[in-house]
Formats: sequence, structure tokens, C-alpha cells
Amino acid sequence: MNQDGYELVIGLEVHVELNTKNKMFCNCSTDYFGQPANTHICPVCLGLPGALPIINHEAIQSCMKIGLALNCTVAENSRFERKNYFYPDLPKGFQISQYRWPLCTGGWLEVSDMNGQANKIRINRVHQEEDTGKLTHSNRNSLVDYNRSGIPLVEIVTEPDFHDVESVRDYAKKLQQIFRSLGVSNADMEKGDMRLEANVSVRPVGSQELPDYRVELKNINSFRFMVAAIEYERSRQIAALEKGEELTQETRGWNEEKKETYLQRGKEEAHDYRYFPEPDLPELQVASQVVQIKKEMPELPEAKIRRYKQDLSLPQSAAQVLASDSNLSKVFETALEISAGKLTALTVANKLINSQNGASLLPEKVVQDLLTSKEGLIEDNNEISKLAQEAIKENAQVAEIYRKGKLTAIQSLIGVVMRKSQGKADAAKVKETLEKLLNSES
Amino acid sequence: MRQPKSDLQNSQNIEHVAKLANLPLSNAELAIYSEQLDKIIDYINQLNQVDTKGVEPTFSVREITNVFQTGEQNQSLTATEALQNAPVHKDNFFVTKGIFED
Repeated sequence: MNQDGYELVIGLEVHVELNTKNKMFCNCSTDYFGQPANTHICPVCLGLPGALPIINHEAIQSCMKIGLALNCTVAENSRFERKNYFYPDLPKGFQISQYRWPLCTGGWLEVSDMNGQANKIRINRVHQEEDTGKLTHSNRNSLVDYNRSGIPLVEIVTEPDFHDVESVRDYAKKLQQIFRSLGVSNADMEKGDMRLEANVSVRPVGSQELPDYRVELKNINSFRFMVAAIEYERSRQIAALEKGEELTQETRGWNEEKKETYLQRGKEEAHDYRYFPEPDLPELQVASQVVQIKKEMPELPEAKIRRYKQDLSLPQSAAQVLASDSNLSKVFETALEISAGKLTALTVANKLINSQNGASLLPEKVVQDLLTSKEGLIEDNNEISKLAQEAIKENAQVAEIYRKGKLTAIQSLIGVVMRKSQGKADAAKVKETLEKLLNSES
Repeated sequence: MRQPKSDLQNSQNIEHVAKLANLPLSNAELAIYSEQLDKIIDYINQLNQVDTKGVEPTFSVREITNVFQTGEQNQSLTATEALQNAPVHKDNFFVTKGIFED
């Protein structure tokens, strides 16, 4: 079957759990990981009758940071709404979310596609909502733990601007880096801190129109599976279109054993959430806080990469690796500062990139190691030879002891050369040179 | 004004709404609620005749904005307290009828 002639059209929805101290609408602690079930709950996050939610400002600020990092505009007026549906993970019968008045709208993020080409992905919205409880299915029952219920959750929705899985991969990676540099979430996909949903359809290459259907890939917990599911959908949908079949709006999941997607919900069963404004929560008017929040925001990976390239003359690849991990870039910048010009940015960068655990190294140690080790500099044979000759001349007695057979005496001569070179000489080369000199003069 | 709907449309609507509200209704009940819902919709349609162009909707009667948590942390309920009204619970969990990942 010829699969050419079609292109993917993908829009993404990413959910990220914020790492605030308190839950979204109550004062329960969010520190529930590894704790016994139903120990971090109160009348609000249990949805008991009469309980009233109160907005967590820290979460709103984090949501704005994410929005601003994605070049969005913060709304002058923003509101929460009730998204109604019945499922035991939500004890209230609705989720407090945002619909018509999201906090941040209209942004973009640049990603690389499969040809390495940079494309702007438009961000439709970044809105605030709450997470649900966790269900465990056992036999004929479902066990419910509400510790996660009400954890602040931010949803980021793109326009259908992705046309290959590489762009999707790059987008997810960049978002994760942004969350981590902002310090708003650990964004650990394995732990479910960050979750992806994809709306996937295909169209003939060259067509600018959006297909009249889309398949929603949902409840896929691993990034690898999501990529596999998108690739599977591409083939399945093209095959269906080639056969003249009509594709419809539906929700599909991923079966890892069979390596295929499967129908979860058809069009007829599509949810009807009946959103309406949450009457218990007053409107947010926080656009005036943007100036202050921008001041508090750290430098983001993209800006860091630019600075490393322009100001420190690092190659793109090194700049990218360093900037992608805020701990690593911190070690890099501190080490560079401590080295006070004795080391080039590239030397420090290479050392960290080539270390397995660069991000956890002590900057002082990195500098010290570099200054005393091979990468530290003086490898020039003539210079080392000059210093070695000086050392032998100034320590004739020690040289004599070596020549008489006490070979360990060379250590003290190596020490002299290292001191003369201020620790910058290559120790192995120094030893070799001293041996040559001492043996030839005997 | 709303176009009058056929009985069939009405019963489909009421079934849909009942499903969304998670209410299992018998055929007799569907008929009763269908009639009642019709009356409610007529009433709303009557309200809809008022010209509200340019009038801001009221979502809350209290005109306040930006009300936030104080930041303190509350003592959460204990699992025992939280579970005391649950019809079924096991270990620390609430137990519901099997809900399988669809």
C-alpha cells in the first residue's frame, strides 16, 4: 500500500501537574507521593456537599509562567467553569476547569521537524484545572484514592500544526525542559506528572484544509507508546481512506501487546460536558501581575542556547546539551566563573558533557580537575621539556638519587614541574619527559 | 421561538440528558420527565424573549475578584474520617462498582 501522498495533521494536549505546596482549591498538602491512600484529602477535594473551593495563587502564578514561556497573552479576565461528567475519579460529578475564559491564550513554540527545519507550533491556550483521583481496577470493583484529586493541573493545547512525529517528540522535550527550568513541575512522564494526548488525522499532501474528522489518542502513559500509536494511526487512516472508507471522530487507546490502537469511544458516545461558569469561584484579574512574574522567571532553555552560542562561542550541540538541563547549566556557569578565564567555555563544556553525571559535579572540583589534568592545558613538549630541565638543574641531588636507582624520587621532580606550571602541565607527559632527560644524562 | 419537537425527539433528548446525569429512568419515568422538561424549556424560551443585547451576564452575585488561599496548610482528614460515610470501603480505599478503563 502506498502511504506517500498523505501527511499527518496532529494537535497536542499536554497536561502537567504543578508542584505547588497546596492543592488547587483547598489547603491540603500535595505531598502525597508514596503515602497511604486517602490521607491527603478534605471536604473540598472529596467533593462533600457545601464545601467551597478557594483558588491557589501559587498555581495561578505557575500557570502564567508557563503561558508566558510559551509566548501567550495573559487574559485580563479569566474564569473557571464546571466540566460535568460522571466517573468515580471525580467525586463532585464535575471537574473545575477552564473553557471560555482560559488564563493564557495565543502563544507559540519553535520545534524542529524530521528534516531539522524549525517550525512554529501555535499554542491555542494554557489553562488551569484540577487533577482527578486515581482508580485501581480489581476484580469487579474499582478502588478509589482521592489523594491526587485537586492537585493543580495545567493543560496546554496546540493548534493542529504538527506533521511528523519528530516535531511531536521535540515539542514534548522542549515543554519538559521549560517546566523544569521554570521550576513549576518535575514533569516526570513515568510518574504521570506530564501526560500527552494527540488528535491525529491525515490529509493529501498539499491540502491546506483540516480533515473533517480526528482521532483522539488518549490514556497513553508512555511517550514511546504515543509515538508508536501515532505511526500506527497514520497507516491505519491512510489505508482506510485509500479503500474509500469514511473516518469519524473517535477516541482510541494503545495496545502495547498487539502494537495497535483500539477503539475506546465512538462519535455517538462523545462526551457532552455542559460547561458552565463555576459560581463558587470569583473571576481572576491577574494580567497586571505579568510584569512582576516576568522579572521572577529564570532564563529559558532557548535563550540560554542563544547566549551560549553568541557570548561563549559554544557550538550548537554543546549549547543544547547544557541548556536542556538547568542543573547542568548551573554547574557549567559556576565552574566557568570560578575558572576566572583560565579555562575556555568549550573546555568546561566538554568536560561536563563527557561526564556521566555532569549535573551533580561540584563546580570547584570540575575546575580543579581541569586545571591539573590533561584537558587543563600545557601539553606542549618543548615547554614541558624546558620546565623539566629547570627542575633537574635546581634539584641536582634528587636527580642523583634517581639515577642511583631510587626511581620513586622522580615523584618529587614531577611535583616541582607541576608547581612551576601552576598545575597546568600534563602529569603523564611530565613523567615521561623527566625519565627521558634523567636517563639520557646518566 | 423554539420549533415544536416530535415526541420521538423529546424522548431521545430526555434519554440523553438522563444518561449524562447518570440517572437510570424507566419508560414511564421518561414520559413524565419529558413532559416536565418541555415545560421548563418553554419557560426558558419565554425568558429568552427579553432583549439582553449589550447586557453583561451575571455569573456570580458577589462582584469580587482574585480571592486566593492564605497559603497555610490544613490538617487533612484521616482515612478513617474520610471513609466513614462510604457505603463500601476496603483498606484505605473507597470501593465502587467495577469501572473498567473503556
